[in-house]
Amino acid sequence: MKAPSFRYVRPTSLEEALDVLAQADGQAQILAGGQSLMPMLAMRIAAPEILVDINRIPELAGITLENDLVRIGALTRYVELEKSSVVAEHLPLIARALPHVAHVAIRNRGTIGGSLSLADPAAEMPACALALGAEIELVSKSGVRSVGAEDYFLGLYETARQPDEILAAVRFPAARSGSACGFYELSRRHGDFALAGAACTARVEGGALKDLRVAMFGCDDRPVLAKKAAAEVERRGTSPEALAAAAEVLAEDVAPTDNVNGDAETRLHYAKVVFRRAVAMLLESTRG
Amino acid sequence: MPEGGMDRPLPIGVREPRARARRLVAGRGRYTDDISLPRMLHVAFLRSPYAHARIRSIDVAAAAAAPGVEAVFTGRDIAAACNPWQGNHALFPDLDSPPQYPLAIEIARWQGEAVAAVVAETRAQAEDALALIEIDWEELPAVVDPEAALVPGAPKIHPDRPSNLALEFTTAKGDVDDAFARAAHVIEETFVFGRHTGVTLEPRTIIAEFDPTEERLVVHQSHQAPHQQQDLYARLLGIPEHKVRVICPDVGGAFGVKLQFYADEAAVAVIARLLGRPVKFVADRFEAFAADIHARDHRITARLGVDAEGRIVALDVDDLFAIGPYSQYPRASVTEGGHIARLTGAPYRLPAYRARVRMVYQNKGLIGHYRAVGQPIACAVAERLIDGAAAKIGLDPVEIRRRNYLRDEDFPYTSPTGVAFEHLSLNRCLDLLVEKLDLPALRAEQQALRAKGIYRGIGIASFVELTGPGPDYYGQGQVRVSSQDGCIVKLEPSGKVRVVASATDQGQGTDTAIAQVVAAGLGVRTADVHVLLGDSEVCPYGGGAYASRGASIGCEIAFRAARQLKGNVLKVAGALLQMPPDALDIRDGAIVDAEKGVERLTLADIGRVGYFQQYLLPPDLQPELAVVQHYVPRDQAYIAGNGIQASYVELDPETGFVKLLRHAVVHDCGLIINPLLLDEQIRGGVVQGIGGALFEEVVYGSDGQMLSATMADYIVPMSSEMPDIDVWHVEAGIGREKLGAKGVGEAGTAGAMGAVLNAVNDALLPFGARIAQTPCTPQRILRAIREARARGTTQSH
Repeated sequence: MKAPSFRYVRPTSLEEALDVLAQADGQAQILAGGQSLMPMLAMRIAAPEILVDINRIPELAGITLENDLVRIGALTRYVELEKSSVVAEHLPLIARALPHVAHVAIRNRGTIGGSLSLADPAAEMPACALALGAEIELVSKSGVRSVGAEDYFLGLYETARQPDEILAAVRFPAARSGSACGFYELSRRHGDFALAGAACTARVEGGALKDLRVAMFGCDDRPVLAKKAAAEVERRGTSPEALAAAAEVLAEDVAPTDNVNGDAETRLHYAKVVFRRAVAMLLESTRG
Repeated sequence: MPEGGMDRPLPIGVREPRARARRLVAGRGRYTDDISLPRMLHVAFLRSPYAHARIRSIDVAAAAAAPGVEAVFTGRDIAAACNPWQGNHALFPDLDSPPQYPLAIEIARWQGEAVAAVVAETRAQAEDALALIEIDWEELPAVVDPEAALVPGAPKIHPDRPSNLALEFTTAKGDVDDAFARAAHVIEETFVFGRHTGVTLEPRTIIAEFDPTEERLVVHQSHQAPHQQQDLYARLLGIPEHKVRVICPDVGGAFGVKLQFYADEAAVAVIARLLGRPVKFVADRFEAFAADIHARDHRITARLGVDAEGRIVALDVDDLFAIGPYSQYPRASVTEGGHIARLTGAPYRLPAYRARVRMVYQNKGLIGHYRAVGQPIACAVAERLIDGAAAKIGLDPVEIRRRNYLRDEDFPYTSPTGVAFEHLSLNRCLDLLVEKLDLPALRAEQQALRAKGIYRGIGIASFVELTGPGPDYYGQGQVRVSSQDGCIVKLEPSGKVRVVASATDQGQGTDTAIAQVVAAGLGVRTADVHVLLGDSEVCPYGGGAYASRGASIGCEIAFRAARQLKGNVLKVAGALLQMPPDALDIRDGAIVDAEKGVERLTLADIGRVGYFQQYLLPPDLQPELAVVQHYVPRDQAYIAGNGIQASYVELDPETGFVKLLRHAVVHDCGLIINPLLLDEQIRGGVVQGIGGALFEEVVYGSDGQMLSATMADYIVPMSSEMPDIDVWHVEAGIGREKLGAKGVGEAGTAGAMGAVLNAVNDALLPFGARIAQTPCTPQRILRAIREARARGTTQSH
């Protein structure tokens, strides 16, 4: 369990990092917190020719609030998100999700950009980005482009990021008054990747939910917005029976397959459970 | 008055922290991988990607030419310098496990079996070169399922053996069939106990070094039994035993995983000899999952017959035990099945009993002796059936146990399978558990919550454990596993004490316990005793750590040796003081007047005279200030201990998730040497038992491919899911002739699985569902609920 040989570069500016990527012909991988990449290197699942360590690029880290948008630099570590008053105040969904992200040691090192770049289908941050309608900033030598979370996650560990691009930041709309969120996940042990999870946001108007967005994770090959089930909730209302009925259409939104954690049937059942529980938590939060 | 009375003085019974803990926590541990020798090379193994495959050809030329590579070895290369071995046991003459070699030669028989070794300047270089070895594999049909393995015409794992059945044995007492025919109720269950493994924090690690000028092999190894390894390296490599030295430095957890003789480690010793250079191998986590021994893997159908009052009339156990492709060496893989046959229902009066064990070869990793060997299974099977009987008759689980336990008047007792129990304190343990947990109140809480849709379960499980075996089992089995321990206790000239012992420590604190009993036996403070363990060259001969023998045998002999040294010291003191030695005593490091306790001399005085100023002594008195003693228990085959555990869980019936709310243990370990270490041992054992009950499973696909080879897929219990674990003790049956400590290392593991399984099933009761498969994963629990719903057996709730 030793990493294969690779070239290691540690640029100190974004410009320099982009130069390396531009010349790497797709054979480079970016090292941020290393909480997934280092084990993958050790297991020889990842075998890049060049490892581009971005940990010394200061402009990639930090949390700022501008015009109702919270911009989080890719290199921002979970521990910084946990401590951030901006996150606590304006991104309550992220704040709720953070305790479920692995363990303290991993949160001390792991970054939000790393999680969004890896795009593990059972990870919390991609689901939150999807539920919140985040915009992902991708930078390359040819400039900056913004990709909406719905267009960013393309498949199993597959994203819209091109090999010469660095995920520089993610922009979340700050929570507005009247909005609420819910987060629920099932994992065998606290901190494990989810067997199934749901992250949701909505506006509450006169006791009814509007613009309900439920991002399911651990239920498919990528985080998925449960659009049909969410529409059912808006249509049927929020009684436990209505939520249960809405969850029944989840099979049209997500397609779990058999894996070592459970067969497809059980995993779809778990999707329904977490969907209901996350929405119920959202409702609960509106009752003060 | 210290615990245990005058014969067991302080610091026996004191909560001394582990001697090694401070050093290890400070990062000053010296594990095998911390050792680096001059000119040392590193080995990486190419492991079979298939569960069962023939090596048509193997080409190592490119690997041998790779940067940093010193040599590449195949199975034939290594076999030429190492005798094969067979995991047989003479008490089971039908077992004829085929010869096993360090590396697979023609056929690989499990995914992960080592087939070639690359030796290079660095481990990374060795791993790089592995990819350059070309093997032309012919995949053979994998025999994975133990039942399918026994179907006539099934592919044979060993073509020269009659079938995949490695061994079948039956033990019986009484007319079982007749008793079942007369039983008022018969409870039958088919259990599936999944495979799990030990997951030591420090993986298996070995450095072998051969000096051709002296023809001497020195092995540093993370292992539990240095003398066993010395014997094996000497015999299998053909090196005179006095030229083989095995040193076990700090060992980071072992649990039986580091008790076996491993094929890959044998290859390392051979390579060191062939190259004349030190060679290191550290199993990485993949290799640990693939090539460490696994445990359990039983399918058991068991029946319990009871009369109308719930008294047991018969118990019948049929165990199908999948052991991997070979019987493990040197102990043989019989013991796990043997303990199931020996101990299922052991706490109870059993008028008729029968057990059959069939050991089956299959293309998975080898099964070995993991903590509590078979005992968790024996406990879980009997305790599930007892609860089943209680439910059927409408008896409380506590009451049905009381009706069936062996009682004080039954002892000394010989079990239906011929095991002697000198004394068991089953009722006392149960009484204490009921009292401490306030079980009636817990039941009331459970019922009240059930009405609110909260489903909790209470499970209890009694167990009998066999610890500190004497020479009967392995000795008569012609297995060269020593059941003795030896101990040297030596007074240094300064009056401080050195101990060199054959017991070994892998984190449990054996050295601290030995220091305590030596301090008690001699009359000094624990801090004045230094204990050296784990070196086959300097330590007296002994078995090391297995079967919970550190306290019952290792401490027993340390105590005896210390008392002998005390006698020798007092002889010298008596001569100096012109007093009879028995009028003197040693207390707190000083020679005192036994009656008044007045200090007369110090141990430093004895050391000075004994080593430098012998002219002060009578000419015929030779001071013997170092003693060596050995001890092997001869009075019984095993030292039987017992206990009971309780588990309190909450079930989420919608998800099948089980939350552990509380766990409790009452245990009778005889004399308590160190309550702190004792409770740590029990809690650690409980957590491993809970792991097997709820979390841990070595999962193989139907093709024999391991699907759980990382710590993300093989789920070990972690602190956030563990409940508080209360531990209470009963100290019963301590004779005066011995120190009287019984084994404790396996007690936690032995009973936890049964308690949790019963608790989960208790929580499932309102759903008419039950589960008899471990680990009880959420999916399995959900399925059980679904199936019960489909049967329409849901009770109103």
